Amino acid sequence: MDELQSLAHGFAVALSLKNIALMFVGVVLGVIIGVLPGLGGANGVAILLPLTFGMAQLPGGTTSAIILLSCIYWGALFGGAITSILFNIPGEPWSVATTFDGYPLAQKGRAGEALAAAFTSSFVGAFVAVIVITFLSPVVAKFALEFGPPEFFSVYLLTFCAFIGMSKEPPFKTLASMMLGFALAAVGTDPVTGTLRLTFGSMHLLTGFDFLVAVIGLFGIGEILLTLEEGLAFKGTSAKLNLKVVIETWKELPKYWLTSIRSSAVGCFMGIVPGGATPASFMSYGVARRFSPDGDKFGTGMVEGVVAPETAAHAAGTSALLPMITLGVPGSPTAAVLLGGLLIWGLQPGPLLFIEQKDFVWGLIASMYLGNIAGLIVVLTCVPLFAAILRVPFSVIAPVILVICAIGAYTVHNAMFDVWMMVVFGVLGYLFKKLQYPLAPLVLAIVLGDRAESSFRQAMLMSQGEVSVFFSNTLVGSITTLALVLLAWPLVTWAVKRVRGD
Amino acid sequence: MKNTILRAGVAAMVAFASTAALAWEPTKTVEFIVPAGTGGGADQMARVVQSVIAKHNLMKQSVVVINKSGGAGAEGFLDVKGSKGDPHKIIITLSNLFTTPLATGVPFNWRDLTPVQMLALDQFVLWVNAATPYKSAKEYIEAAKKAGGKMKMAGTGSKQEDQIITAAIEQKTGAKFIYIPFKGGGDVAVQLVGKHVDSTVNNPIEAVAQWRAGTLRPLCVFDPKRMPYTAKVTEKMSWGDIPTCREGGLDVDYLMLRGIFMPSDVTPEQVNFYVELFKKVRATSEWKDLMERGAFNQTALSGKEYADWVAREEARHVALMKSAGFIAGSK
Repeated sequence: MDELQSLAHGFAVALSLKNIALMFVGVVLGVIIGVLPGLGGANGVAILLPLTFGMAQLPGGTTSAIILLSCIYWGALFGGAITSILFNIPGEPWSVATTFDGYPLAQKGRAGEALAAAFTSSFVGAFVAVIVITFLSPVVAKFALEFGPPEFFSVYLLTFCAFIGMSKEPPFKTLASMMLGFALAAVGTDPVTGTLRLTFGSMHLLTGFDFLVAVIGLFGIGEILLTLEEGLAFKGTSAKLNLKVVIETWKELPKYWLTSIRSSAVGCFMGIVPGGATPASFMSYGVARRFSPDGDKFGTGMVEGVVAPETAAHAAGTSALLPMITLGVPGSPTAAVLLGGLLIWGLQPGPLLFIEQKDFVWGLIASMYLGNIAGLIVVLTCVPLFAAILRVPFSVIAPVILVICAIGAYTVHNAMFDVWMMVVFGVLGYLFKKLQYPLAPLVLAIVLGDRAESSFRQAMLMSQGEVSVFFSNTLVGSITTLALVLLAWPLVTWAVKRVRGD
Repeated sequence: MKNTILRAGVAAMVAFASTAALAWEPTKTVEFIVPAGTGGGADQMARVVQSVIAKHNLMKQSVVVINKSGGAGAEGFLDVKGSKGDPHKIIITLSNLFTTPLATGVPFNWRDLTPVQMLALDQFVLWVNAATPYKSAKEYIEAAKKAGGKMKMAGTGSKQEDQIITAAIEQKTGAKFIYIPFKGGGDVAVQLVGKHVDSTVNNPIEAVAQWRAGTLRPLCVFDPKRMPYTAKVTEKMSWGDIPTCREGGLDVDYLMLRGIFMPSDVTPEQVNFYVELFKKVRATSEWKDLMERGAFNQTALSGKEYADWVAREEARHVALMKSAGFIAGSK
């Protein structure tokens, strides 16, 4: 049990008064960053990165520096859920799936429950991922090497299929929504030929449609428009405001053990591969909806519908640090900035880091345990506080939300154009809701569209146009097959019913 | 009373002396534009510069790094182009200073900007998986010729430096590669370790971890001269032990500009302030560490020499990209 010994050593490195103080500072900063839409973990960490350079030059300072930054990351992971649940505005891409059931729960006056469930499952997901990192890192790092373009595409395909196959919406509306998302994702630079497309000569469209701008508009502004129409009131005003709600939620959570395990597995897989936290949360939500006995009620405010995406997102967000440390490949945008930080501090991420920088690596891993515990304490004690926001009258809070949304949209690229785009997306979101088109497939396609396209075209270049490359080995073949099975699942169940019925 | 007058007099003299010594200095926060995403090579360099300036108090105002990566960096360049006469904006360039306008047709050119200072040149190394039998560039090129265009070269971005080097190799040797663009240098290195591709032209810093772990092998460096760093990086080799591609019979060289530009219509005093600032930055130990870690070529030019260098490089990019068919609208 070498790992346990190293881990104990890591705890010794991480457990100084200074480091623990840094953990709490980091988590609080991270929660704030996660709450503000648009700022995002990656930008937040990038802004604070220069602060750590001085820190990193003291003895043991690199460990302190990475503890501070990674705790900001954990904080952002926790914080993303807050606005999703309270206002239907995802603070981070991976909290989109949390809105599906989290927001209806808040509307029913169960915001406290939803928040407590979200934070606790985040913690569970992260904890499972850290255990995986602690004991399986060498094996898992090798597994990530198996992933070339065809494998990546099959994973994205799996995410899309899991979501479509598990959807309750009319298939053509889902498809229409998703295709619109793909079209929007295609605007900007063509990833393979490097030429511009669908920009219509406009310099504003060079950057394409950023996911965050779309989400802030579709969900945030769209929701405010709907509320305006329905009579200027939040429905969640009766939210309970004491810490008892946490205990009550905890009593309920063990019921969802199977969902937790499944979501943790999905999350760890997606983080290590590295597909990222966003696809993990969508996939896990889709799968949970299919396999839960209450699957039909998903989307109306089920605690399980909050547990699934949050567990997976946090498991993926945490395990994404593994390919970053061992391979130098970041599993998320925030991990990419952390990676830049490591290089600037003079650490070379890669297979040798575990050998040459033992203190640092195990200190970091130990801080993952401690940072997540710190995060859980911080966010859970604040549950009543967050829920109390819903008691503020709509006429006061709505302008505040609008301003925060506008700042968020502006921050993404420092461009006023994005703020106008946010408004357009807001109207689009409102129309979608009125016409009962699902928003989720649109968002999913905007987030993963360009990555899926890149992987597909890279795979096609490699195979010189042979589609069979997606079945060329056991790994890619089984993922692709699984994806197709999930896609056809509704047809299969329908056929089975018909046969039995006749 | 007398004392107060004296003090005021001294203060006035000090103020006068300092304005005389530094003809111009920034009066508000300086925006440091990075025409690439967070975490990449240019971004790292900009953030080191930012932290060095803050740590050593090299400037009274602070620097804020802003990433404008849209349209292969066009977003950042257009921003600086549109900020005529603004001395509080600087931009760090990659090769996309030349390649982006050529490949996309977005209207900007380095002549729309004011050259300030070349900070360094980034190296490119030809890498293969260490499990393959190729020991030299020559052996690998021969094998690529035999494979008849089936060898896969992975690189960062499309019609940018990595693909241009690949095209230059093809033009010089007649070997053909399938070029596969990826998003970042780290992804590229891992694709090679995982044997999904056959070779890469990663920068040293992007592949050094895998080299040291014994999974990748450097064949040659695309610099006319060997790299000057003699400290052992792996057990046996230093950066200086990697032969140049010319030595190995592959007559291709390519270095990537890491340089600073300002908007047009700024005064010579303003340019001079930044030239002096970067002189101080380059003298710090943090900067020297970065240079050694990334095995950079430390050529640093300013003024006319710098502008001439940029003009020569531009002509070379036009020629290379034209013959490879990478120019927008040409094919």
